[in-house]
Amino acid sequence: MSTPVKDPKTQVKRPDESLFKRLTRHQMFIPLAALTLLVLFNLIADPSFFAVSLKENSLGNPVLSGNLISVLDNASELVILAIGMTLVTASSGGQDISVGATMAIAGSVILRMVCGGQITADTLHMPLILAVLIGVLATMLCGAFNGALVAYFKIQPMVATLIMYTAGRSIAAWINNNELPIMNDLTFKYAGTFLPGIPVPTPIFITIFVIVVFWLVLKFTNLGLYTQSVGINPNSSRLNGINPQAIKLLTYVILGVCVAVAGFIRVSRSGSINYSRIAENIEMDAILAVALGGNALSGGKFNIYGSIVGAYVIQFLTTTLYKYEVPSTALPAYKAVVVILLVVLSAPVVREKLSQVKKAPAKTAKEVS
Amino acid sequence: MQQGAVLEMRGICKYFPGVKALQNVDFTLRTGEIHALMGENGAGKSTLIKVLTGVYPKDGGEIHIGGVDGAAVIRSPQDAQNAGISTVYQEITLCPNLSVAENMYIGRTRGMGTNWKKMNQGAEKILRSLGIPARAQQQLGSCSIAVQQMVAIARAVDMECKVLILDEPTSSLDEQEVQKLFGLMRDLKAKGVGIIFVTHFLEQVYEVCDRITVLRDGQLVGEYVIEDLPRVQLVSKMLGKELDDMADIKSEVGGAGVSREGAPVLEARELCSSAGIKPFDFEIRRGEVNGFTGLLGSGRSECVRAIFGADHVTGGSVRVNGRDVKIHKPLDAMKQGIGYLPEDRKGDGIVGDLSVRENIILALQVMKGFFRPFSRAQAVAFADEYIKLLEIKTASADTPIKSLSGGNQQKCILARWLLTDPKYLILDEPTRGIDIGTKIEIQKLVLKLAAAGKSVTFISSEIDEMLRTCSRLIVMRDRKAVGELTGEDLTQAKIMATIAGGDEA
Amino acid sequence: MPKGIAVDKKGQLRSRPSMSDTNLLLTITVVVFFILYLSAILALGGGFTKPQNFLNILNNNASLIVLSCGMSIVMITGGIDISVGAVTCLVCMTCAVNLERQGGNMLTALLIGLGIGLAFGAVQGFLVAHLGIQPFIVSLAGMFFAKGMTTIVSKEPVRVTNEGFLAVKDTRITVPGLGSNNKLGEYIPAYVEVGVVIALLVVVLLFCLLRWTRLGRSFYAVGGNNQSANMLGINVRRTKFLAHVLCGLLAGLGGILYFLHVGSGDVANGAGDEMNAIASSIIGGTLLTGGVGNVAGTFFGVLSLNTIKRIVSALGFDEAWWSNITVAAMLCLFLVVQSIVLLRKNQSKQ
Repeated sequence: MSTPVKDPKTQVKRPDESLFKRLTRHQMFIPLAALTLLVLFNLIADPSFFAVSLKENSLGNPVLSGNLISVLDNASELVILAIGMTLVTASSGGQDISVGATMAIAGSVILRMVCGGQITADTLHMPLILAVLIGVLATMLCGAFNGALVAYFKIQPMVATLIMYTAGRSIAAWINNNELPIMNDLTFKYAGTFLPGIPVPTPIFITIFVIVVFWLVLKFTNLGLYTQSVGINPNSSRLNGINPQAIKLLTYVILGVCVAVAGFIRVSRSGSINYSRIAENIEMDAILAVALGGNALSGGKFNIYGSIVGAYVIQFLTTTLYKYEVPSTALPAYKAVVVILLVVLSAPVVREKLSQVKKAPAKTAKEVS
Repeated sequence: MQQGAVLEMRGICKYFPGVKALQNVDFTLRTGEIHALMGENGAGKSTLIKVLTGVYPKDGGEIHIGGVDGAAVIRSPQDAQNAGISTVYQEITLCPNLSVAENMYIGRTRGMGTNWKKMNQGAEKILRSLGIPARAQQQLGSCSIAVQQMVAIARAVDMECKVLILDEPTSSLDEQEVQKLFGLMRDLKAKGVGIIFVTHFLEQVYEVCDRITVLRDGQLVGEYVIEDLPRVQLVSKMLGKELDDMADIKSEVGGAGVSREGAPVLEARELCSSAGIKPFDFEIRRGEVNGFTGLLGSGRSECVRAIFGADHVTGGSVRVNGRDVKIHKPLDAMKQGIGYLPEDRKGDGIVGDLSVRENIILALQVMKGFFRPFSRAQAVAFADEYIKLLEIKTASADTPIKSLSGGNQQKCILARWLLTDPKYLILDEPTRGIDIGTKIEIQKLVLKLAAAGKSVTFISSEIDEMLRTCSRLIVMRDRKAVGELTGEDLTQAKIMATIAGGDEA
Repeated sequence: MPKGIAVDKKGQLRSRPSMSDTNLLLTITVVVFFILYLSAILALGGGFTKPQNFLNILNNNASLIVLSCGMSIVMITGGIDISVGAVTCLVCMTCAVNLERQGGNMLTALLIGLGIGLAFGAVQGFLVAHLGIQPFIVSLAGMFFAKGMTTIVSKEPVRVTNEGFLAVKDTRITVPGLGSNNKLGEYIPAYVEVGVVIALLVVVLLFCLLRWTRLGRSFYAVGGNNQSANMLGINVRRTKFLAHVLCGLLAGLGGILYFLHVGSGDVANGAGDEMNAIASSIIGGTLLTGGVGNVAGTFFGVLSLNTIKRIVSALGFDEAWWSNITVAAMLCLFLVVQSIVLLRKNQSKQ
């Protein structure tokens, strides 16, 4: 469709609005704008929202506390999931709705391993790292199951993962014989709370670590190119030597690893598990994070950083709502309204309409001059 | 409105981001004429038609329809249908999950209810009268592409329209079906219907059309009565430059394409695949250009797909440079130095949302390996080199490839394979649906590659093209190789005869 | 060209027109249901031989049948609506509060229920069809919203004591010719609840709508290939919008039927029903890619799903988690079978 650039006049350029347009078209615009709005709202409503103070926790260690810290801390699982979800979305054009359920499996497996099958345990029955690795293995298997259904049986991702979504929590309960093991060893809780002597919550470090790992992976492998290529056109990817099935499977397995890390953080926070409530609705938040990050839920091109910011926006919103004493059961209703507002504003149709509104006065002004 | 005009478009403008797709285009269609709309790819033919049928909103100009006062308002395909404009699009735009009859009638009837019995009978009657081998109640998806295209034509024809638009309807039809379509067009013309005919086949234009409107770069070049515009002039109008018809490019490049002696680069024995071709033998030498020819669906694409490992290979052996190799998947073939430009550019070739650069480096990148991505500087260098070499017209290497015109997309795919420096390149219909200028460039390129010692397999629906480039032709019929022509046998007549199967034994 | 089309390029007419995808999957579903139920009768006997046992599947799932039909319609157009379970819950709660605390009657409750469903359907339909937002996201938000609203209406369970309502709720319609003898040898006629009659009526109406009306066929056309449908002159936006409105309305009706069955408002009502509805639709042969499906199949999907649940619990696996695991296994099996059948079908045509 492009015309040769012989004559500069043939290029349609509207310099007066290109900056605004370019800005609003940028993928990071929506998540960053949402974040800014939330920050502004809180600044105006109650600047003390951002206060961070050093307090003593129950163990007598000085730790940072405040809404900001709690946003960063509590968003950890969501951010890690959102990264994996972005890859899955990009490669298969669908989402894994079983992440909450598989997080329950990961938590259940890890607790069973460290408790050695007992209901309450005061010491670790297995090196923590080994238990976590077994948890990773379990969720990688779940991921592989989902991925195989999607890649080899060509079942739509949301439907394929509906299986795990339905069964996951039950499997998690079954792993521990429907008992709720409690781990009292303090070292187990380091990952979900604080390392001794460090005032910043550990999940924040874990999240940073995961982000860095993914940054390196995307830089030093072709994961990004392959995933996008497969998501956009699997036929053509195959004819260029990529194995689309393997790539799809790979993204689901990677998501499995993310799920295990998130599940570990979650059980580590309390040292216990509640199969039906752990990470409830987190799959919805993870998908929203991907969408908020400006990634098309139909797959193809992706931007992992958009999803990360999206995840923080969602957590920011949750924390803000809690602060205004919205009961946790009613929280979804408020979230839904915000989500709808955001997606409506980012819908191409609406954006076009908005830019037309902006354009109209500019045009008339020009005509007058 | 002009006397006798059924449709008038005045000063039509259409902009896409960064591109003026149509500028001030006028178009007039008279009752009872067949009017060819010609132009290179990206000239704006499809855009003009989509504006007329309400698929795209126009940015300027007026449309008048005969018998209606004032400018017509066409905002959607429904409006166009109601205004008496019916359209057959280049890609089949029917619903494969509905029955043939439903596809012919849906979107046309008013009200909630439909008389299904009457509809099926009506459909059956039309199918029979047009000789379409399909049944009214059959699921459309179970018909062949050609039959689906004929159903689309039947639907358009059956609507009592004033204007019929045929946008490249013949690309999936065989000669017989094309003749049937032309018969139909002449009947409609006699009834006073105005027909807009878009095609890349010049012969077809001169066979049925009365008038030609030529577009170039989104602008009107002119409207001509067919007798006043000889073929050579039409081509030069489309290209915007004088061109001594289709120059004999074989001699221009220096008589390349002649088979050279030596061991075959690739040798296939008894090769067959899951796509249902009969086992075939094949070999190609260094510096040779050969081709598979035959009617659409004769199995010529399936043969090359089997060589490249694109379909599941079920039997036979392949030797590359005298060594036995196993090719199970495209990557195996790529590692043997084989490149494959697929027939379906949109479905199998381009990765639409990725940039031109990513599309160009894709194959080489995959060959290099998952853990060894090119640095950005390398990728930029590769892409820029080939954009320049093949004169790919794109705003930048970062532009998504889907926003390029068909010919330029094809050049990107070519660049992708040239970048891998293949010993053997398979080009399946590289010139389909692209403009004449690019077609010739591609043909020249093929011969240059051969002169540089590469082997090329070239497949095209246009026999002229094959004659111009290939030194050996394998003729396919009913998914079987039925003949091999070289040297003096390479004439249009001989090829046709072999395809038809007249002179067997 | 849509990917699904496999071609024999010669354009020859097959001796017999091949079965359409919709009919093929419907047949599989019906056959599977009968095999399941018959084998349950043969292997387990007991309760399965009693007609009432079968009718109880209907009694307990009248609401799910209606919800699943709505889901199927949206899925046929290529969308999805995961808000139906939460809407059911909201409708139950609102009706209960209306009857109990605001002195409403059956009519107001009915209107409120349908109104809520319609509102959800219309808003979601508008967002999906006219603003082009992905149905999953829209209905996800719808689900969140309905869940939250339910607790805002009332956190506590509301038990209904309205007499007119209880009269309708407890109405039992005996089925002539069916019944069984109880332990004392008395003949107990088999019965269905009012909701079942409504649900069956809905299935029949929707079946006719989908098969024989312009709108019904438009749903299939839009789901089959939405650009083609547009080119064929179908108003794609309106069709999608109507599908969501219909689904919302059916979710409202489903909520009322659920309410009629349980007789109280509770935040746990209809929990997981969106998944049950999706599972039933899929087992019933609706493809999430759109364009293929049938409410008759969906009806059998609901029956199959609940039959297998009962079989599993009759086999002694009655811990809560087994039910979920079986549903999942069943879903998995059906998806894989469907996928293999369709892949084969497409391959054989090449």
